[in-house]
Amino acid sequence: MRYLPHTEEDIASMLETVGIESLEDLYSTVPAACRRSTPLNLPEPLSEWELDNRMSALAATIAASPEYTVFLGAGNYEHFIPESVRYLLSRSEFVTAYTPYQPELSQGTLQAIYEYQTLVSRLLGMEIANASLYDGASALAEALLMTARITHKEKIVISGAVHPAYRQVVRTYFSSTGYEIVELPYLEDGRTDLSALHGMQDVAGVALQSPNFFGCIEGVSQAAEISHSVGALFVTAFSEPLAYGLYKNPGIQGADIACGEGQSMGIPQSFGGPGLGMFATFMKHVRSIPGRLVGLSRDVTGKRGFVLTLATREQHIRREKATSNICTNGSLCALATAMYMASLGRTGLGELARLNFDKTEYLKAAFRSAGFRIRFSSPTFNEFVVEFPPGFDTLHEHLLEKKIIAGTRLARYYPELENCWLLCVTETRTREQMDRLVREVQS
Amino acid sequence: MNQFPGASGLIFDEPLLWEKGANGRRGMSLPPRDVDFALPDEALVGELPDLPDLSEMDVVRHYTRLSQWNFGVDQGMYPLGSCTMKYNPKTNEKQAGLQGFAAAHPLLPDSLSQGALKLIHDLERFLAEITCMDAVSLQPAAGAQGELTGMLIIYAYHKSRNSKRTKIIVPDTAHGTNPASAALCGFQPVNVKSGEKGILTPEVIARVMDESVAGIMVTNPNTLGLFEEHIIEISEIVHEKGGLVYCDGANMNAIMGIADSAKMGIDIQHLNLHKTFSTPHGSGGPGSGPVCVGKHLEPFLPVPRILFEEGLYRLSEEFPQSIGKLHAFYGNFGVLVKAYSYILSMGPLLQRASQLAVLNANYIKELLKDVFHLPYDRPCMHECVFTDKEQHEQKISTLEIAKRLMDYGFHPPTIYFPLVVSGAIMIEPTESESKETLDSFVQAMKTIAQEAKDHPELLREAPTKTKVKRMDETAAARHPCLTG
Repeated sequence: MRYLPHTEEDIASMLETVGIESLEDLYSTVPAACRRSTPLNLPEPLSEWELDNRMSALAATIAASPEYTVFLGAGNYEHFIPESVRYLLSRSEFVTAYTPYQPELSQGTLQAIYEYQTLVSRLLGMEIANASLYDGASALAEALLMTARITHKEKIVISGAVHPAYRQVVRTYFSSTGYEIVELPYLEDGRTDLSALHGMQDVAGVALQSPNFFGCIEGVSQAAEISHSVGALFVTAFSEPLAYGLYKNPGIQGADIACGEGQSMGIPQSFGGPGLGMFATFMKHVRSIPGRLVGLSRDVTGKRGFVLTLATREQHIRREKATSNICTNGSLCALATAMYMASLGRTGLGELARLNFDKTEYLKAAFRSAGFRIRFSSPTFNEFVVEFPPGFDTLHEHLLEKKIIAGTRLARYYPELENCWLLCVTETRTREQMDRLVREVQS
Repeated sequence: MNQFPGASGLIFDEPLLWEKGANGRRGMSLPPRDVDFALPDEALVGELPDLPDLSEMDVVRHYTRLSQWNFGVDQGMYPLGSCTMKYNPKTNEKQAGLQGFAAAHPLLPDSLSQGALKLIHDLERFLAEITCMDAVSLQPAAGAQGELTGMLIIYAYHKSRNSKRTKIIVPDTAHGTNPASAALCGFQPVNVKSGEKGILTPEVIARVMDESVAGIMVTNPNTLGLFEEHIIEISEIVHEKGGLVYCDGANMNAIMGIADSAKMGIDIQHLNLHKTFSTPHGSGGPGSGPVCVGKHLEPFLPVPRILFEEGLYRLSEEFPQSIGKLHAFYGNFGVLVKAYSYILSMGPLLQRASQLAVLNANYIKELLKDVFHLPYDRPCMHECVFTDKEQHEQKISTLEIAKRLMDYGFHPPTIYFPLVVSGAIMIEPTESESKETLDSFVQAMKTIAQEAKDHPELLREAPTKTKVKRMDETAAARHPCLTG
């Protein structure tokens, strides 16, 4: 086997050094009652070339761009990724390294993460960001746990227009805490109804997503203001950070924590994972932040360098009093996003966000002129909700045969939104593809 | 020092991203604009963030230079204990990058994602076979999230039996994340000490086990690299009082094809695909921490679960006792593809991989035990733990030994962990390293031990060949500067 370097002679000589007869003797400390009764029942090893065939065959059964024209978003987005990013990310010095515990041998990762923390802070309008969490959903759960740690209060308020899966993950993370979770309804225009929040007692944190699950831009400033007036911390979540290349960022609108999914910036869709949990806040909360942080320092000769820092918050030092149990995070995905942001730059980000917005508006307008109702009137970024005539399910199925995937059915998450579908448009959709979709839906 | 891989070459300095570039440059191509400008609501429009404008070449050179300041498994031996830094096969990267996998949207209809669902289903079955457990969830995104999943399952299990338990037993040889994972779930960790042989004794567990204890978190093999020989008796004690046994399977690389978790009385076990199953660590993630359970705990696994019915794979959320979701979708699918490729490439030879990993660790242990203090001189599993006791006389500590190894071209072992041993040097060579490499590593360690006697300043000044010298970590923590 090409991954195992030992020759029979190597093994014989090493066994002699160890002072035993056979490889089986290595397990003298494993009691017979703990051992398997049967050998591993796994398929016989495949050669590299057989593996290629097997995996290509599996991959070929999956509907993916560009063969299919996909209008799905809902927390996972198709964007172009420059080949330079993919190529740089495959550098094995990044790929095959561990968490940078030994700074002298990890300056590449450390500087790259420090830059990532900086770019994310700038994008979100916050002072600091951590080195990453797993995904947008767990980032939101961690953010709300952090608000409870800081405020010592036991009620969490979350908008019903936050991604349904994120809300489920928050509930799971909180399931053993006994904290109360209150959900706010959404208004007719697609934004969160904040009225119940006024005067609410004992609230640790309030979370809105903007753009929200319907693609709508929330009244973030107002929500932040009300949250602060009831003594709560305010969290802005997101699943599409590209929106901040056009719309106001969370920080400028009063968010105490901004967190969400970074997949849309340079990370392949990969059936939903790995993504990237972005997490940013202000310096005054630094001791409560979950996850790793990279800080600037100097070596003994005075040369600039970077280290993991403030580890006294973390599980391996603080044990059960740690701010989170996270250890392995999403470093390589954070690097991908940093490379992507560096490739876009300020100018490119603005142009790309604008292009996403304009294309989405094009499809919205086309649906409107074709006589379909855009369900929510609030401004959106690259997703929006269309109300189709009853029975659209059948047409949706039919379109799959034509290799068009016409969005996600919302009734699955919101039974009251029957006949409503969430559609997504990014820079990867062409006008021609959008025209075709509208034509097919009309027919 | 010719026989050692550590050498110096030309290293490039590289500024921070925003110290280079020029306004108006761009490193990414955008598609042509085929629609008109629309009118965004001016009140909502914000300032553009201050990102540097760089050309594609600026970006490529930046990250290429940064990468050269790093050390990965592909460059040299990385004997980081408990981290299993084995070789990461290149073909696995290729498979995960196939368009069908890399461009798959997670909300595709089941009928259009059968290949992805089959892969998840088959990988679950493989991991069940390897651990001898009944059911598996691949959703946890890393080992620590697997631990959290396990703790939530224990919580849900007791709740379903109307039992309110508040404590979890965590031995001193368990993984570092364990107490934090238990605490996150509201359990109070009860620390217990391992016995003289470095393993748990049933008596110690019997003393703390009662009806207020929800379960135990055992790492087996433990973080001293020793197999918990009394695991069956311990499980019986815990079960007798109604508790559950959680096994941190981060050290599974020692016992694939050897041990049977079900026979050991384990109820829940997590695995680290980024350790045992060769997916790369990626400078600290993404990982994957599947959770394997016995039949009695299957109803509590996270949703969605994957079902195979009438020749079709489908996702189902219809498990009312489930703890819920840990991830927005199905976990780190891209990582799963790599682990699946690895298992298909290895098949039953996984057992051989474990045997060779254990052989390599015992070989190093035998060759170094005359030079470094070995607190537990017993057959080890996949890793061995030394200390700096022999070097105390020269006032040399584990940290200096670790830093000096860098000059010889080796990544240091895990140091100062486990906490149960003072000044621990925890070496896990993995099966990937050849005898020649191990011999060279042993020679470097022996040379360092000799230097500690003759030229201790060489250790105190180490490393000397790296991009930066010893870093000031105290200053970094005292005046944190986390962004530029």
